[in-house]
Amino acid sequence: MDRFAHRRGKLVPLPSDALVPERDINSSPILEARHLGIEFGGLKAVDDFNLTIGRTEIAGLIGPNGAGKTTVFNLLTKVYQPTKGTVLIDGIDTHGMNTVQVSKIGVARTFQNIRLFSNLTVEENVKLGMHNQIKYGMFSGILRAPNYWKEEKRAHEKAMELLQIFDMENLANHKAGSLPYGAQRRLEIVRALGTNPGLLLLDEPAAGMNPSETAELMENILKIRDTFKIAIMLIEHDMNLVMGICEGICVLNFGKVIAKGSPEDIQSNPVVIEAYLGKKKEG
Amino acid sequence: MKKFNLKKTTKVDFATYLGVIVTFIVLFVMQNGGMLSYSMSGMLVPICCFIVMAVSLNLTVGILGELSLGHAGFVSVGAFSGIIASQSLIGVIESASLRLAIALVAGAIFAAIAGVLVGIPVLRLRGDYLAIVTLAFGEIIKDLINCLLVGIDSKGLHVLFNAKGLLTVEDLHLEEGGRVIIKGAQGATGIQTISTFTAGFILIMITLVVVLNLTRSRSGRAIMALRDNRIAAESVGINVTKYKLMAFVTSAALAGAAGALYGLNFSAVISSTFNFNISIEILLMVVFGGLGNIWGSVIAAAVIRLLPELLREFNDYRMLFYAIILILVMIATNNPTFKNMLGKLIPKKKGAEIDG
Repeated sequence: MDRFAHRRGKLVPLPSDALVPERDINSSPILEARHLGIEFGGLKAVDDFNLTIGRTEIAGLIGPNGAGKTTVFNLLTKVYQPTKGTVLIDGIDTHGMNTVQVSKIGVARTFQNIRLFSNLTVEENVKLGMHNQIKYGMFSGILRAPNYWKEEKRAHEKAMELLQIFDMENLANHKAGSLPYGAQRRLEIVRALGTNPGLLLLDEPAAGMNPSETAELMENILKIRDTFKIAIMLIEHDMNLVMGICEGICVLNFGKVIAKGSPEDIQSNPVVIEAYLGKKKEG
Repeated sequence: MKKFNLKKTTKVDFATYLGVIVTFIVLFVMQNGGMLSYSMSGMLVPICCFIVMAVSLNLTVGILGELSLGHAGFVSVGAFSGIIASQSLIGVIESASLRLAIALVAGAIFAAIAGVLVGIPVLRLRGDYLAIVTLAFGEIIKDLINCLLVGIDSKGLHVLFNAKGLLTVEDLHLEEGGRVIIKGAQGATGIQTISTFTAGFILIMITLVVVLNLTRSRSGRAIMALRDNRIAAESVGINVTKYKLMAFVTSAALAGAAGALYGLNFSAVISSTFNFNISIEILLMVVFGGLGNIWGSVIAAAVIRLLPELLREFNDYRMLFYAIILILVMIATNNPTFKNMLGKLIPKKKGAEIDG
């Protein structure tokens, strides 16, 4: 699975000890989470989570079931407000922001259980991703003013361009809910890209995919990173995918970070092996 | 394939407009030629009003996906503000059609204001709770209008709020020659009936343009996105409150205009005309025509209004047949077996192949 090795950047430490790929060293990181934590009535779902992601890094977040991976995504996108710590997106403190505001400063996500607008067409789904880039108001829409036609045309072209990444242009007029499972997963990524993000969060993008689909997805994730020059953070259980394309990997267990580093470091880390497989019996 | 499909929604929209226009022309000619019975031509304007009410409620229930049981409340606000506007302009503006237009706009504006006032707190609720609160709103509006005393004289509009029930029309202290417009629980009387079938047709067309164009635009997409998946809508940066309110207020404004047209069709209107049953009847039209289906609402509104009239010969059994027909149609349109049978009759066009 190391045919992607040449496309992975070498991790180098920042002064803050955080690791980013070498090529991102000249720009400020897209995401900085500091001492992030949330408690649900005394249960620390995520505790003291620190992570820095470089501007064009592909980062992985892994861990056993219930480790708090999706909770981290929900904290980053402000579905939950953290009870501790801060999140800086592109240097902007997101304290007190809501999901909509975080989306506007460039965080997009997909969901573990697919959440598409299933009664709308594929194209409409992508255009909804582009909602905040389409500039005309309600009355221009009702009266079909000139800027309605101009903006809708531009949106249509952009949507088709985005759909092309996954060869989905021919599905543009199908209902999103009628697509096969794999296509729905891909559409969610396209919709997220429509928001013009700086950081794309993918929650189990390969769930339910067969090995060949997964391999194609890996190519596409790299293609997205290279085309849009954005950072991608993904939660995934498929270790081939994670070890194949992720540059920095963060391992979570019981809400705490237990290891961070390159795929090679993580694979040989005894703490990680213990978290996944359990402790070796002594004696 | 792409271009063909793109035009599909546009085609449906144009078919809807065309259907309404053709029906209007036919009925207009028939009415002028005296081919319609007296009771039939009396029903034309109310049917237009109910079509507008049903289409506007479909915006809230079908397109936004929130159940509202208080649509009659907005209709009522529109009706009485329209009546006040029209009645107080008698003598100021000679042209009845201009007065009607102003009354419709006034009805729409006041209903929209009511929509904002109700919508801001209420749209935080979901599902059953929203339904209950909107139901209560409809009832409250009815009672508020029951307490209203409005009159006009050369000094302007006199409005009294008769909360304790002790005041009478005398307390308005109208000058000689002043007119009373709304007499509390007796409602509005002596209304100049200026509503016309043509005005009803124009209002339907405006409503269709507003609702159809809205759903095909950026804002309409956002509204439908909220219906389909609120969490995903937020994640792509759609402001939930803004678009919920937009749909709700637009719906209220259109209902208000329909109310004004309805109110000005009768010489006397009381507030209990717009009771809970009317809300349910409008909701029935929306469900009957299909949630989110605009042309469905147009047809359903006309059918449901006409049905009791057509069943008149069954006398006492009229409402029984009415209910049976509704149930049968609902079963037929929702029955998978029946749908399959229809599907076999109409050969389906094959879509582009979907690759997994």
